[in-house]
Amino acid sequence: MSFMDYAPAPESTGILNLNEHYGLFINGEFVAGRGENFTSISPATEAPIATFSTANVADVDVAVSAARAAYDSVWSKMSGADRGKYLFRIARLIQERSRELAVAETLDNGKPIKETRDVDIPLVAAWFFYYAGWADKLDFAGLGANPKSLGVAAQVIPWNFPLLMLAWKIAPALAAGNTVVLKPAETTPLTAMLFAEICQQADLPAGVVNIITGAGETGKSLVNHNDINKIAFTGSTAVGREIARAVAGSNTKLTLELGGKGANIVFDDAALDQAVEGIVSGIFFNQGHVCCAGSRLLVQENIHDEVMDRLKTRLSTLRLGDPLDKNTDIGAINSREQLDRITALSAQGEAEGGERWSPACEIPSKGFWFAPTVFTGVSPSNTIAREEIFGPVLSVMTFRTPAEAITKANNTPYGLSAGIWSEKGSRVLAVADKLRAGVIWANTFNKFDPASPFGGYKESGYGREGGLSGLTAYLEGGAA
Amino acid sequence: MRTIPAPTDLTAESLADFLRALPGVDAVGLEARAADLGSRSIKTSSKAWAIDTIIRLIDLTTLEGADTPGKVRTLVAKALVPDAGDLSTPQVAAVCVYGDMVATAVEALGDMHGDPDQGKVSVAAVATAFPSGRASLAIKLADTHEAVLAGADEIDMVIDRGAFLSGDWWTVFQQIVAVKEACRRADGSHAHLKVILETGELVTYDNVRKASWLAMLAGADFIKTSTGKVAPAATLPVTLLMLEAVRDWYAATGQRIGVKPAGGIKTTKDAIKYLVVVAETVGEEWLVPHLFRFGASSLLNDVLLQRQKLASGHYSSADYVTLD
Amino acid sequence: MSRLAVPKTYKLFIGGKFPRSESGRVYEVNSVAGEFVANAAQGSRKDMRDAVVAARAAQPGWSSATAYNRGQVLYRIAEVLEGRKAQFVEEIMLVEGASAKEAETQVDTAIDTWIWYAGWADKYTQVAGQANPVSGPYFNLSVPEPTGVVGAIAPQTSGSLLGLVATIAPILVSGNTVVVVPREDAPLTAISFAEVMATSDVPGGVVNVISGSPAELAPWMASHADINALDLAGAGSLDWASLQIAAAETLMRTLAPVEGIPASSLNRITAFTEVKTVWHTKSLI
Repeated sequence: MSFMDYAPAPESTGILNLNEHYGLFINGEFVAGRGENFTSISPATEAPIATFSTANVADVDVAVSAARAAYDSVWSKMSGADRGKYLFRIARLIQERSRELAVAETLDNGKPIKETRDVDIPLVAAWFFYYAGWADKLDFAGLGANPKSLGVAAQVIPWNFPLLMLAWKIAPALAAGNTVVLKPAETTPLTAMLFAEICQQADLPAGVVNIITGAGETGKSLVNHNDINKIAFTGSTAVGREIARAVAGSNTKLTLELGGKGANIVFDDAALDQAVEGIVSGIFFNQGHVCCAGSRLLVQENIHDEVMDRLKTRLSTLRLGDPLDKNTDIGAINSREQLDRITALSAQGEAEGGERWSPACEIPSKGFWFAPTVFTGVSPSNTIAREEIFGPVLSVMTFRTPAEAITKANNTPYGLSAGIWSEKGSRVLAVADKLRAGVIWANTFNKFDPASPFGGYKESGYGREGGLSGLTAYLEGGAA
Repeated sequence: MRTIPAPTDLTAESLADFLRALPGVDAVGLEARAADLGSRSIKTSSKAWAIDTIIRLIDLTTLEGADTPGKVRTLVAKALVPDAGDLSTPQVAAVCVYGDMVATAVEALGDMHGDPDQGKVSVAAVATAFPSGRASLAIKLADTHEAVLAGADEIDMVIDRGAFLSGDWWTVFQQIVAVKEACRRADGSHAHLKVILETGELVTYDNVRKASWLAMLAGADFIKTSTGKVAPAATLPVTLLMLEAVRDWYAATGQRIGVKPAGGIKTTKDAIKYLVVVAETVGEEWLVPHLFRFGASSLLNDVLLQRQKLASGHYSSADYVTLD
Repeated sequence: MSRLAVPKTYKLFIGGKFPRSESGRVYEVNSVAGEFVANAAQGSRKDMRDAVVAARAAQPGWSSATAYNRGQVLYRIAEVLEGRKAQFVEEIMLVEGASAKEAETQVDTAIDTWIWYAGWADKYTQVAGQANPVSGPYFNLSVPEPTGVVGAIAPQTSGSLLGLVATIAPILVSGNTVVVVPREDAPLTAISFAEVMATSDVPGGVVNVISGSPAELAPWMASHADINALDLAGAGSLDWASLQIAAAETLMRTLAPVEGIPASSLNRITAFTEVKTVWHTKSLI
């Protein structure tokens, strides 16, 4: 036998106690939606998980009204200390139900259980803990005494980190004293509905958190509603642009966390083994479904071949397969639609002359899968060096000098993240200064923390989530 | 890949240049990678395989001032029949003793003395003024030579950490070369040389990487983390780092060098993590006695308890393994 | 016998130079009484384009100057302005119909506004930046950085000099460069002020002044892909929603119109910054 074909170690789904159908969570209750029900499937097996309601315009209106009423009558009047206690309760409930949430997230999203268990869900709890503590300390947010909350926040989140993105949105909004209406992505609504149950368990006052499901139309109705004070959106630059247009001329505050084409820069004095790990986590973490992914590898020309050799050796040990197996490194692509896009862009990469390589790996017969893929010999003008692929596809380019690396890294309409690998501190700091990106990881990659602001320059959006900036984004006089 | 100079071509300067040119190690990234590999979940058939493999890779060790011939004979008995309740239990790779106990161990092993890759049990001797290494080269060589003459198959030498930390890498290198020569037997064969870096005293990962390469350049057959007398002894990140050195050496030369984490590995759970790190860094072909060993004394009993649990389905007790 | 005066030709200010509009157009600037005072250059979209090129070219240098240095340069503007107060008082009285006292107050306030913002150059990062206690062995710092090139519409109905200064000073503090459209019917102080900048230590291209019609110029600004942020301070009477819609194409940051003169505030500095967070591993071994 081969030891490395570790025997299956699937996380049991027995811990889940799912409903067949989930309604909309409005004013503290699950209610039927007036739109057509839809089914969320597991991308690893294409098996249905549950059906969900679609909120139509009228449902959106009811949800916003509930949030407004809760804001006016309860949440804006409650002491910060009490708001904080509710958030602490939620954080604790998330910790208590963390295994269940991890399994549900993996089932619905297709990402490996080791990520939901070790990254997503612990960060969700951490996010609520961090912002819970802010709720009674708003006077110290740098905006003067008694900063005011904004009112009702409309929040639309993507499918790549479903519950984590929910936490990024809801925790700071509630801490600052706002109420929310949140719409999860239509391919990953499950954990948001489990979160709704957690709100009930925490006795959160009705209407403070409202969660409505549906596709793009539901999201559009929500962000276009005329009684909201804040929009927070994470998703594609195209939709972000539409939202920016929709709020033009209004007082609605806007935080946009959009696409990226992050450069991961490896200098010849880098700690190579760790750099290779950073390249791997930069683009293959969460199947590359990460807006801040290090999807462009810029490697110094004199070490290109050595880095590629090491990278390919390392990629050959990645384990693709059942996301519920605790040893799976690469899970399923979230949807057929996304798989088609990754497939098409990769074909385009080949057509434009990129040299394509993937490790030998068995692709399961059912579900949506894409082998880790590396393109070498990519030119900055190639499609795969410009377009966000949002999949496990790495485009490799070279540079000769630090100045050239910076120029190439910045040569994109995006500006979300970048990585720097060098053992020379002075160079790391100077390069970090010159990179036009909101998050710079030096000798690490894809690290997230509730205390650390996250967000982009240029077409990667505006406003920050996380840290103090993420709090003031929900207060009068704060950023964005 | 880097070009590897032959030991005879090296000078103090070229050795220093070579070691300084090695890529640095980012401690946070290294530890994160080790922790990630340590989170692999090894179940059922893989676990059964892992447990037997661990036993086959153990250098069952006694290195006490109070060691006696009786104690060494007990150790040998355990090495040959680890679990009298289950004779399907494999033997360990070697017994590891002080030099003056080699003859006793060889005698106790009798016919079973030999190459662990051929189903026998080796005798390993610590040498070179173990564990401190603070003695003249002449004494270190004599220490080594006596053990080899007494029948030691493997010599676990310690490097001169003082010389290493003071920057005198050349002295460390020359001593390893000399000890390797002292491992030579009359028939031209030589005892396998395991070079103990004592990573707990080198402290930094950059030092461990340099010392690993220095030892391989000087002719080490194995690089070993620790004497077991200094804390921390073996750790997963340090072992991963040494395996990376061995992997790169293999890529450059085609020659496979062994790795031996020693000290502090007490549980099956921990030992399995090491197997995972080996398998995913250098490949499963390294999980054989001439390329990977665990230097341990108490590990074996925990592995036996786990083996009993796997066979019977219920948890065992220390009363069902021998306390030697 | 009285001396025949020499009237000034008011031109644009682009890249540290004073060109005429490439369009060859001028428009009349009149006193409140309706008397002709001077011709001002009627800036065009191509002048705007040139100004953005100049602003982009100047941006790396200005933002990489030390904060101390930028503070000194901004302070120097105040010094030079103080020395030429009389000229500005005269222009303000003439074109805006202000009393001498009102005009003097406006100039004084403009000078003091420079002083206030100059002092922020080496402090705003300390107030707006954060050291973040992340859970792990990482150094983690968030610092605000200039967003790049900013387009601005100065207030169109309030004091022409003060409105201009209160708009561009906070933009410059962090290291942005700016292309500004001054008050359309009272552009003289803006061009005279450009002379102040040309004779203080402000590098060419850091501030660019395009006199003319905001209604004509603002849409070109809002749709210009090489402008990072748009200050609509004086765009209240324009269709600024459309400007924001145009700006959305490149996710350009926009700051909504204000009534009157923008109040001096840290927020106006940070509105034109981007928070950059840097993580670095840290370990003793």
